[in-house]
Amino acid sequence: MTLLVERPGVVEEPGGPEHDHGPTGLLKWVTSTDHKVIGKSYLITSLVFFVLAGVMAVLMRTQLASPDNTVVSQHTYNELFTMHGSLMLYLFAGPFAFGGIANYIVPLQVGAPDMAFPRLNALSYWLYLGGGLTMIGGFLTVGGAADFGWVAYAPLSNAVNSPGAGPDMWIVSLILTGFSAIFTGVNICATVFYLRAPGMTMFRVPIFTWNMVVTGILILIAFPVLTAAMVMLWADRHLGTHIYTVSGGGVPVLWQNLFWFFGHPEVYILALPYFGMVTEIFPVFSRKPVFGYRGMVFATITIGALSTSVWAHHMFTTGVVLLPFFSLMSYLIAVPTGIKFFNWIGTMWRGSLKFDTPMLFSVGFLVVFLFGGVTGVFLASPPIDFATHDTYFVVAHFHEVLFGSAVFGGFAGLYYWYPKMFGRMLRESLGKASFWFMFVGFWVTFLPQYLLGLHGMPRRIAEYSASTGWTSLNRVSTVGAYLLFIAVAIMIVNVYVSWRRPIQASGNPWDGHTLEWATSSPPPHHNFYRLPPVRSERPLWDFNHPEHTTRKHEDLLAAEGKRGRRHAPGAHAGTDGGPADR
Amino acid sequence: MKSEARLLLVVSLFGAAIGALFWAVGLNPVYATITSGGTIMLGAVCLLGLLPGYYYHWWSRRMTPRAEDDPEATPESGAGVIGVFPGSSIWPFVLGLSALLVCLSLVFGFWTAIFGFSLALAAVVGVILESRRGGAI
Repeated sequence: MTLLVERPGVVEEPGGPEHDHGPTGLLKWVTSTDHKVIGKSYLITSLVFFVLAGVMAVLMRTQLASPDNTVVSQHTYNELFTMHGSLMLYLFAGPFAFGGIANYIVPLQVGAPDMAFPRLNALSYWLYLGGGLTMIGGFLTVGGAADFGWVAYAPLSNAVNSPGAGPDMWIVSLILTGFSAIFTGVNICATVFYLRAPGMTMFRVPIFTWNMVVTGILILIAFPVLTAAMVMLWADRHLGTHIYTVSGGGVPVLWQNLFWFFGHPEVYILALPYFGMVTEIFPVFSRKPVFGYRGMVFATITIGALSTSVWAHHMFTTGVVLLPFFSLMSYLIAVPTGIKFFNWIGTMWRGSLKFDTPMLFSVGFLVVFLFGGVTGVFLASPPIDFATHDTYFVVAHFHEVLFGSAVFGGFAGLYYWYPKMFGRMLRESLGKASFWFMFVGFWVTFLPQYLLGLHGMPRRIAEYSASTGWTSLNRVSTVGAYLLFIAVAIMIVNVYVSWRRPIQASGNPWDGHTLEWATSSPPPHHNFYRLPPVRSERPLWDFNHPEHTTRKHEDLLAAEGKRGRRHAPGAHAGTDGGPADR
Repeated sequence: MKSEARLLLVVSLFGAAIGALFWAVGLNPVYATITSGGTIMLGAVCLLGLLPGYYYHWWSRRMTPRAEDDPEATPESGAGVIGVFPGSSIWPFVLGLSALLVCLSLVFGFWTAIFGFSLALAAVVGVILESRRGGAI
């Protein structure tokens, strides 16, 4: 049913009575265009894929626990690492952030009744679900699932080297999920550009939403290239074209150029939303405004821009890239990321810290991502990359970056917004247990992998001989993987407990700063009955704590005296904390 | 609207700057083949930012100021109709299913596309009628 939505404050109950006559049961879920229902569907689906990919990782680590092991065959191992990477990157880390959490939270944070294009939003989810099931369905084909790695390098992924329906299903699933991501990117940008609450200028939008806007633009830059590359790969496999084959005059490295032109922005499409989540969590649990709001926004934009011009640092060893250019650009990304770290620490500095589970995961994210980032700076240097390319050093590096952001950051966001989404709290004790298992398990898994890489262990091998001396480090790494599995299992138990024995969550359980906490948990249809006035980047805090307002006194005077004047002489923009907040 | 326009124009400028750098390096025949792909893709980034960015810029000078862009706006000043939001619709599901069937024809042969395109046609008609009537599923 179509309805005209009016601004809250005018109608007391937006939505109206027509929702009582809507469909029920399964049909209600299938026909829903509510961003909250779609967000939850995304969230649950992506977590199912996460657990599946995690099981694959555990199988792989079990295989590598001892030399010449035969838990799985070499062919199965190839399928496992391909599908582990594909599920984690294409179906979990991205959709969990921009389909799950962002879909739910962005309209709430900007005070909107829904996403800008609700039916397009629903279409995104169905494309994602169809694509995901297609990818998993590859296991049911005769030749098995795709087994050429999540990067599908060109000569290996052609019809001769990877025949069968499994690789084709992998290609199709990426076309589908690619379109799903593009539609979500458009939707998020349009929502933030057009549906913000009155008074919420772009420089009062919460950092998470800012990061999602930049992520949305990055999606629009990156995913069409991937889709085009996939269509050409399919044409090479079935129509006899020679785009990526040397024999017909094609260029195999073109695949790498196209793939990484998608792939590197994709890394930031995966990282930026999680940066945004922890940027929401640090101020709330430090009871301070975020330190350097504008610096954060500009750092996000800079990271997004630079990420489109560093793709060939994945291709240093091909010998056909501009080494100095890509090396320099990759180093440059460390600067805005460093600004973000500085501001995160500045936000916590002298705050009154509360170490609830979301905060613990966020601090864990800081530590883990820092290590991943620093080894990333190593790898931006071509000589080091030549030595460590395709070894476990690289594997450890990108797991620190991606696990650090998508799992530590993602679980932080999940613990933080779960009360808002489901109206019930998660247990703190189980959450903390989950964190410590994860934090310890993480280092036990991946620190040995750095050493293994430096000892020369290549990635994507299913067996190694005992004479290599890699056995003990591999065994330690496998133990760590089991610890990580336990951590995720505790998380699932936590969700189960909250489902069976709910503790009701209030509208604002964490004393939050942003508009999503200004409504009930879970929010009503079309989200808000009334909105607080927006005068800074944390409107709800200002509303609840008028004596500790985010705006400085001079700013308020300036606002009264001269509309639109941002800076009183000698005053900052009012974003780095009034004296009352210290 | 001005901040949004600037954000997208920055994307465009960045693509143009790095793309021009790539193009300049590619003038040297030694590097011509290894930079051509990057030049094209960065040129596309420039266009991607330019089209909506310039539109927002153009529109921001002509539109009446919005409450979203006014730092002193109150909730009441934004009162009124925001837009049309469909409450529920079956057609996104049908369209998603049709896209799945069309894409699966790349794997299993042309026959799935027949069903896919039929469903797509039904979905397009359905969405249009739904928007006109404003009716339920």
